[in-house]
Amino acid sequence: MADRKAVAHLLRRATFGPTAEEVDAAEKAGYEATLTALFDTSKPDAGAARAPVPRLGSDKKERQQAVAWWLDRMALADHQLHEKLTFFWHGHWATSVQKVKSAALMLQYQQTLFTTALGDRAVQVKAMLRDPALIIWLDGEKNTAKAPNENLGRELMELFTLGIGHYTEDDVKAAARALTGWQVDRTTGTARFNPKRHDAKPKTILGRTGNFDADGLADILLAQPANAEFIAARLWFRYAGNNNAPAEATQHNDTAGMLKAILASEEFKQTQGQLVKQPVEWLVGAHRQLKTRPSDLPNQPNVLNQLGQLPLQPPSVGGWPADAAWLTTSATQVRLRAAQQLAGKANVDRLTAVPAAQRIDALARLLVVDAFTARTTEVLKTVANDPRKLLALGLASPEYAVM
Amino acid sequence: MDAVTRRKFLITSGVVGGVALAGGATAFTLKDILDTAGWDDRPKDAKTLVIVTLYGGNDGLNTVIPYADSAYQSARPELAYRPDEVLKLDDQLGLSPALKGLKALYDQKKLAIVRGVGYPKPDRSHFRSMDIWQTAQPDRPGNTGWLGRWLDAVGGDPRHAVSFEPVLPPLLAGEKTAGAAVPLTGLKLPGGIKPAMLTGLGKPSPGEPALQARAARAFADLLAVDEMVKQVKGAEQTPENPGTVLHDQLDLVAQCIEAKVATRVFSVSLGGFDTHADEKTPQLGQLTKLDGALSSFAQRVAGKGVVTAVYSEFGRRVRANASNGTDHGTAGPMFVFGDGVHGGMHGQQPSLTDLDQGDLKYHVDFRSVYAALLAKILQEDPAKILNGYSQQFEGLI
Repeated sequence: MADRKAVAHLLRRATFGPTAEEVDAAEKAGYEATLTALFDTSKPDAGAARAPVPRLGSDKKERQQAVAWWLDRMALADHQLHEKLTFFWHGHWATSVQKVKSAALMLQYQQTLFTTALGDRAVQVKAMLRDPALIIWLDGEKNTAKAPNENLGRELMELFTLGIGHYTEDDVKAAARALTGWQVDRTTGTARFNPKRHDAKPKTILGRTGNFDADGLADILLAQPANAEFIAARLWFRYAGNNNAPAEATQHNDTAGMLKAILASEEFKQTQGQLVKQPVEWLVGAHRQLKTRPSDLPNQPNVLNQLGQLPLQPPSVGGWPADAAWLTTSATQVRLRAAQQLAGKANVDRLTAVPAAQRIDALARLLVVDAFTARTTEVLKTVANDPRKLLALGLASPEYAVM
Repeated sequence: MDAVTRRKFLITSGVVGGVALAGGATAFTLKDILDTAGWDDRPKDAKTLVIVTLYGGNDGLNTVIPYADSAYQSARPELAYRPDEVLKLDDQLGLSPALKGLKALYDQKKLAIVRGVGYPKPDRSHFRSMDIWQTAQPDRPGNTGWLGRWLDAVGGDPRHAVSFEPVLPPLLAGEKTAGAAVPLTGLKLPGGIKPAMLTGLGKPSPGEPALQARAARAFADLLAVDEMVKQVKGAEQTPENPGTVLHDQLDLVAQCIEAKVATRVFSVSLGGFDTHADEKTPQLGQLTKLDGALSSFAQRVAGKGVVTAVYSEFGRRVRANASNGTDHGTAGPMFVFGDGVHGGMHGQQPSLTDLDQGDLKYHVDFRSVYAALLAKILQEDPAKILNGYSQQFEGLI
């Protein structure tokens, strides 16, 4: 039998929020086997099949539908690690529908992230450089041989592949030239390379000179040691905490290998309670544990908007903030209200089935909280005779806000 | 960017704060700030500094426009303003047509325009450059903001430096203490939630993780804000989207100044300057918001010892890109106005032809403007706050 706390920690971080039964199974299987199973996507995902990718167009109303679908997918999918990693990449390649203005293109972007989430980073970078939504978002269409637009080239180096300090201004200018020539056909949803708009003259990028295009640029960036270090640090930041990723993690070209090295490390096991759940993690995790479907509550996208994390609408290309930024007074108030609504919708049999005196333990088990502090227990006791109120306060509690 | 720097940059883009904040600095309420009106630690003649941050890199050349320079017209034919469109300040420079209120202030000799403000080895990343401006450490931006270090130096209560932005900017984060972020969302407790529950959940619990403790503290803050909403006179006037619009933030600053609070420094901001394509119209819209907010604020606090300084993390490239936008550039103009400020043009206008990799060369180190503000407004030794930098920009105040 594995340490229940250790596997609960692993599942809280690797998935959108484990159910009590999932922790039971992991406790029996052990840490190693649980970790291996998290990365196994060989069997069809029956849960995800209950939320198939919708066909949407560019109507403004359809943007909300795209968000509602994604929340359902996050909550229902069995391949939880894959789904959560897709959301990680969304925050990394942060692209917003506000400029892309098409639900169809945003879903296509989401699917590109999904299919490349676990694999070779080079494949992902090359796919993203052809992604219509990303190209529109960072003015790629306006980047031509005649007058390069640096937006995509700069963010590609600073935010997507290398991190600041690992390239020069001349590298940014040359990268922009390598990326010239891509145009988006909005009706077919495809990006097309137009050689007439491409700057085919030699460029010098990070010390190498050649007639580089988008793929050539991607190969140069991926070959930099800074790339593995940067991506490992980003994964560590979202999955583990604030210190440094173990060196082992940088030895992998594929994201699955890198993330597995992080989650298997001794350093990771020491990070319990050190991350604040992002609003999406908090809300989707609650739906998973309460076995409710997000789209059954039509206001869920609005709740996330009030909490500051509406999927498909990150605040900037830098993605979303982390940790204490989510703990504002106004977010606390929104969480209280959303928790009440969730508790009103949930089946609370598992709380009513036990005597009032044992309900706080039952609540901790339901929400996979290791233990409520004495402080919170005092408050929970006052509502132990009202299971829905008890559940609402548990969801809003400080213990449930972190992981 | 390593995780720590990255975190700090997220902080810079309008979130969380530096070291002091990570330690669990709390949010204050408007009532907490108004309560300081009775404090006697503020010298009688003390002045107030208001810092306005424009996030996204405002295009300085289409703000203070060198309309008479043929190089301006030829570098950005579609994006340039014609001489008859600008609000002329002299025979060389004019303001964007959106800045009518600031033009009037300039004409009354109340608005100072500091031209070509920047720093050596310009960084064209929004995040890094904003770090540099907010920390006043151009070589290696650290974890503390320049006004956070001032707050440390005066050993002050957080309420001496207040932000009405949704989250505290690193500008106000010091090593030991941090300014107060005042949330202004109209708060109402959900039904069935009793104040006693919030009090209970808001208590610290020994040995709990720092962020969990902070989550608990938010409950106590929520309760405090709820009480403020009930008690503070005028709270019903809280705007619908508080903290999001510069005008609303400055309105609250003015309220606090009129109530004679102890606060010496206020930080407010306006985002949305990050445009790269077809940027003429969006920039006009942003500048219109800026102009309305600044000119009504200037009028309202005139004679109350208030000085306001406006900056953005960088200007834009001289030459337009193919999409009628501009890419990240370097030096830009600062606006300074208020009691004791010498209106008019300051600093040297950067040349449009003698460029550094296509960008303007700066002539005024931004720290010299900070040094003048520290010495003249906050009566503090600039060198102490600016890591030894002490050169004050002359003639401004």
